[in-house]
Amino acid sequence: MVGMPLYRDEAIVLRTHKLGEADRIVTVLSRNRGKLRVVGKGVRRTKSRFGARLEPAMRVDLQCYEGRSLDTVTQAETIDPWGDAIARDYDLYTAGSAMLETADRLTEEHEPATQHYLLLAGALRSLAQRDHDPGVLLDAYLTRALAIAGWAPSFHDCAMCGAEGPHRAFHIPSGGVVCSSCRLPGAAAPHPDVLRHLAALLTGDWAIADATQPRHCREAAGLVAAYLQWHLERGVRSLRLVDRTGTAG
Amino acid sequence: MYEGVVQDLIDELGRLPGVGPKSAQRLAFHLLQADAADVERLTAAITEVKAKVRFCEICGNVAEGQTCRICNDPRRDGSAICVVEEPKDVVAVERTREFRGRYHVLGGAISPLDGIGPDSLRFTELMSRLASGEVREVIIATDPNLEGEATAAYLARLLRSFEDVKVTRLASGLPVGGDLEYADEVTLGRAFEGRKTLT
Repeated sequence: MVGMPLYRDEAIVLRTHKLGEADRIVTVLSRNRGKLRVVGKGVRRTKSRFGARLEPAMRVDLQCYEGRSLDTVTQAETIDPWGDAIARDYDLYTAGSAMLETADRLTEEHEPATQHYLLLAGALRSLAQRDHDPGVLLDAYLTRALAIAGWAPSFHDCAMCGAEGPHRAFHIPSGGVVCSSCRLPGAAAPHPDVLRHLAALLTGDWAIADATQPRHCREAAGLVAAYLQWHLERGVRSLRLVDRTGTAG
Repeated sequence: MYEGVVQDLIDELGRLPGVGPKSAQRLAFHLLQADAADVERLTAAITEVKAKVRFCEICGNVAEGQTCRICNDPRRDGSAICVVEEPKDVVAVERTREFRGRYHVLGGAISPLDGIGPDSLRFTELMSRLASGEVREVIIATDPNLEGEATAAYLARLLRSFEDVKVTRLASGLPVGGDLEYADEVTLGRAFEGRKTLT
């Protein structure tokens, strides 16, 4: 290891894959270096010094040395053990998994994504602390993650011509609500409270978001999932397992 | 790149878990140089295991008949079921000689990121076993990682309806022979949470 270039960064573990006998490839979203795939040597052994720290949804202070194809973890210190709290509750786990999978899909390796890192950190912290309903937290994260990726949906003004809202029709390929002149066939007509809820999720108005009726939350969740799928072109597998029956205002 | 059957063998060996292209090549040349009798024994063992071994109809463990050795053993305690992820975990628990009950192999852990939900695992079969009324304790022995813990949480929620069944989880904590100072915060925290009264 003498002469190997070392680096250190804060990171959130997105997912892990088994490698060989006792190693893991760990995909992390780092604060300054974007998404990284690093090798955790021996982390599956019960005596591993940092096996528990390199579990999904953990925020760690990571030190790695650069390798030819994959970097290797030399040290990992826990900053926030969110994964531990999330794993103990199945609803938190499914919502957290969908957040991690989305972060993995929306970020690129070695391309700094600090804004997304901070968004994910905030979402996982709130999830671990159960600040809000897990389903609503997930929808807030997904809406804002799409906005960071450049696909911010419009929930008030017309996404096509910019005409001032509110408008009733919601058309995913057009990018959100559309006015009666721009409305295309196939546009949905969600309840006004659904659009109000979605706008609140995007801006972080939790007083409105938490007070929304469960049926409107579920309708909003469907629109968010469809909007996400449209832009990612492939569905987020974890979303299928998120239990929306508990989504309550 | 080699030609014909040698490359075919390398490709097939390379599909095994943990075997990379270099290891596959090394194994292939070892087999080429080995005695014909040794190679025949190996191929016979592979063919036999595929022909004879199946999954136990009761617990999901590997078995040579319809049911496995443990499910067939009348000396095993039928009132306790230890739930594990994989058949290899049964072997790990058996090595401890601490448990004399029966097992239930789920076939993995819930992993939304890999598209594995509760429907892909043997939860329904476990519920059917519990419906018989014989079981008094379910010991959840899934892996102590994120997927294993979440699977345990899901199972605990599922088993709430069986009021007469005690649901326990294997303790997490410090490995025997290790130093406290090297323990990570999560493991040490769990060790504190599950501490035992000595006096």
